[in-house]
Amino acid sequence: MHPWVGAGPEDRRQILSELGLQSIDELFASIPSGVCVDGLDLPPARDEGWIRRTLGNMASTNISMDSIPCFLGAGVYRHVQPSVVDAVLSRAEFFTSYTPYQPEISQGTLQVIFEFQTLISRLTGLDVANASLYDGATALVEAALFSHRVLRSKRDLVVMAETIHPMYRRVLDTYTEAAGIEVAVIPPGADGRLDPKRVREAAGDRACCVAIQSPNFLGIVEDLPRLATATHDCGALAIEVVTEAASLGILNGGGSFGFDVVCGEAQSFGVAPGFGGPHLGFFACSSKHLRQMPGRLAGETVDENGARAFCLTLSTREQHIRRAKATSNICTNQGLMALAATVWLEAIGGNGLRELAASCLARTEELKRRITAIGDPWRLAYPQSPTFNEFLLVGPGSGTELVERLATKGVLAGVPTTDWGGTWPDGVLVAVTECNSGKDLDAFAAALEQLS
Amino acid sequence: MKRRAIRSEPLFFERNARRVRRQGYLLPALDVPEVTPSEVLPPELVREPDPHFPDISEMEVVQHFHRLSQLNYAVDEGLYPLGSCTMKYNPRINEETARLPGFASLHPLQPQSQIQGALRLIWELEESLKAITGMPGATLQPAAGAHGELTGILMIRKALEARGEKREIVLAPDSAHGTNPATATFAGYRAQEIPSAGDGTVDLGALDRMMDDTVAALMLTVPNTLGVFEHQILEIADLVHSRGGFIYMDGANLNSFVGRALPGLMGADAMHINLHKTFSTPHGGGGPGAGPVTVSEALLPHLPVPKVQRDENGFELLWKDPASIGQMRGFYGNFLILVRALTYIWSLGAEGLRSMSDVAVLYANLVRHRLNGAYHLKFDAPSLHEVVFDDSIQTRHEVHNVDIAKRLLDYGFHPPTMSFPLIVHGALMIEPAESVAPDEIEAFCDAMLAIAKEAESDPGLVRSAPHDTPVGRVDEVRAARNLKVTWTPEDEA
Repeated sequence: MHPWVGAGPEDRRQILSELGLQSIDELFASIPSGVCVDGLDLPPARDEGWIRRTLGNMASTNISMDSIPCFLGAGVYRHVQPSVVDAVLSRAEFFTSYTPYQPEISQGTLQVIFEFQTLISRLTGLDVANASLYDGATALVEAALFSHRVLRSKRDLVVMAETIHPMYRRVLDTYTEAAGIEVAVIPPGADGRLDPKRVREAAGDRACCVAIQSPNFLGIVEDLPRLATATHDCGALAIEVVTEAASLGILNGGGSFGFDVVCGEAQSFGVAPGFGGPHLGFFACSSKHLRQMPGRLAGETVDENGARAFCLTLSTREQHIRRAKATSNICTNQGLMALAATVWLEAIGGNGLRELAASCLARTEELKRRITAIGDPWRLAYPQSPTFNEFLLVGPGSGTELVERLATKGVLAGVPTTDWGGTWPDGVLVAVTECNSGKDLDAFAAALEQLS
Repeated sequence: MKRRAIRSEPLFFERNARRVRRQGYLLPALDVPEVTPSEVLPPELVREPDPHFPDISEMEVVQHFHRLSQLNYAVDEGLYPLGSCTMKYNPRINEETARLPGFASLHPLQPQSQIQGALRLIWELEESLKAITGMPGATLQPAAGAHGELTGILMIRKALEARGEKREIVLAPDSAHGTNPATATFAGYRAQEIPSAGDGTVDLGALDRMMDDTVAALMLTVPNTLGVFEHQILEIADLVHSRGGFIYMDGANLNSFVGRALPGLMGADAMHINLHKTFSTPHGGGGPGAGPVTVSEALLPHLPVPKVQRDENGFELLWKDPASIGQMRGFYGNFLILVRALTYIWSLGAEGLRSMSDVAVLYANLVRHRLNGAYHLKFDAPSLHEVVFDDSIQTRHEVHNVDIAKRLLDYGFHPPTMSFPLIVHGALMIEPAESVAPDEIEAFCDAMLAIAKEAESDPGLVRSAPHDTPVGRVDEVRAARNLKVTWTPEDEA
């Protein structure tokens, strides 16, 4: 017997007797004996206390981001976590329910999705957003394939800024290789920003899209208006990737400057770093391209009495109806994470989000000032370029070595660029959020001085 | 005490009618000098405040979501017998282990010396899934079942390329879940349907005719979406392998045979496992799931990177491997879902996992036994974990499967799956899963029988259902015709 199996031995006997059977084995008679086994090579059942101890010990061999001053970012950020977020996520009505295919008993989940779509739409400056995608990297993949569909495959070149998160580009390569789509990469200029002239050169008349990230992998804010114009001049769709969604508290989303798609990662909105997942991919586009959008969508309608109600809609784009002709094969998405983001954004509020982003900005500027004041051998790789909450620090030795040396001084200094390759110096990407107190900044500066 | 019946809740954007600023959260005090955004950022990029993004107090936030939650049905409320979805109990200890700070607050790009526990967890779960499937390799990267399918098919593509072959077609039975053909297309193949034989399993003769050197793989759900085991699985696998193809096994229905049979013995080359089905991680209103893929010897070299490797010094991530298909998503998978699944597997142990499948199959057969006759069973082959009826008895009274489903809502149960398998018109695909008590199964059967009677005696009552839900039957056609997928300020006017 086990508490998670509803029928005990006597129940089983009674049911078997009702079915006119002697043994459960008879129910498996349709499985050919050549593929059968008798039991598994796994340990015996464990009680809750054993589980709690064993997994607790395993977890405690990791160094959590909350245990020491932490400046890690590069696509995964630590922001404030209102306790209401997890309280709502822990409600069984949300976390133990299924995809809301039965709208009459799923209005809670459906309205949450509708609110999430609206929040993402307002933040990105675009008309519509979907119910979520797996993560930022696969959102970029979907955006590239979306562009290919919208331009009806006449253009088979995807142009990427090199300053899109290198991991996102690697994931894109996996998919474009299979789809036979060519990818061209544009390196940044000496200031770490993308030059619109290079966009024109790379896109020519063959590109279905030009994708850029802002703030980019180096933390630098791109010149969105001119990049959108350059892309559209080439007849391609303009895609903005956002990996630090908190930047949208203070920076306009690309939709405000004509970007056709704004997509990326919304982990910053109340989703735990969680060693890389589950996170929250988002995808927003203009309403004229709605029918090519991947993923689920909630829409407003009425019930038979004329009362407002919500349901999943436009499922004719999706695999369960459209099968081989679907816009994407995605089915299960990141629903509960979209709920986390919705609760987080509604708790933080519109002005609160702006204040939070301004706090990131102020703390980042302060740390940049301190590092500049310490000076040699430390320097900012792109001191003149505008950043939101992340920048590239260079010093003696590789980024990986710097991170290890700073860890010995009690600071998780950031993410090294060492193993990623790219047209930028080998250093450390340092991210500063509203969770980094003045004391954290003191600890960072002190650690640098000790290593000087 | 009279409890307020919650039927609707205003949108967040409609709250705070005074349009004044309240505060939902107190941010850490700014203990560094303030910065004017337009002085350090390009001014044209700086956002103006959005008057339609309200700030409300903490309790308003809590009430908003509490009330919304009251409009949902959930596993904890009653039977959720969605076929092929395996809606089982989500153990609370899973939620506890997934929230351990050493897991939840861990950054994926920390130095390897700081993440040994997380890498160990991935390694342990891979080993467990290898034991459960009898297959030699695994990747935990895929975020969901469909993502696992794509990972598997891309590995097959890579293996064919390594042999210098380029094949164009992926076969799947007409009973397959919609993600199978969608995945084939997404991976650059042409999807082709194999017809089912009279008992709902693959027509071996048809397979023999279609399986040639243009076919890369056969995607097969075992047991299939009728809950019927492919009794000729070994012949099918031999046929596909002998002509240079691969077997992709859709593991959506794995809950039916854990501890009883091994996909590795069935000839599977790749199989995804929906951790949110068989291994109890919550469905979360539509995700996140996780779709690990186990592979045969032939596909081992092509597993995605990064891979977790173990040596005498501990665990490490291998990022580069020329034979690999590459990376399928950011980082290493839906890690906190993996924590939940390992918690479940370790808690149940070998015997518990086997009894899980035993009772899942027993319950499906109890439902079949009790409802057979009142509902029509199109395929009478033996059922494993799910049983598929159709509405042909009820359509005589012009009551359709969707009406039966909506009427079930009034009886307090979630309806079965109706959208597939496509080979059963008016399908009612019932998968009870093992975690509820038999009493709940019996109550569900009683409700289904009562509805079958109502369909004869008072069909209008069934056709006009639901009568007792927060909203009446929702106009889904209107939603698609008059698309409205965001709230806009004009809605206020």
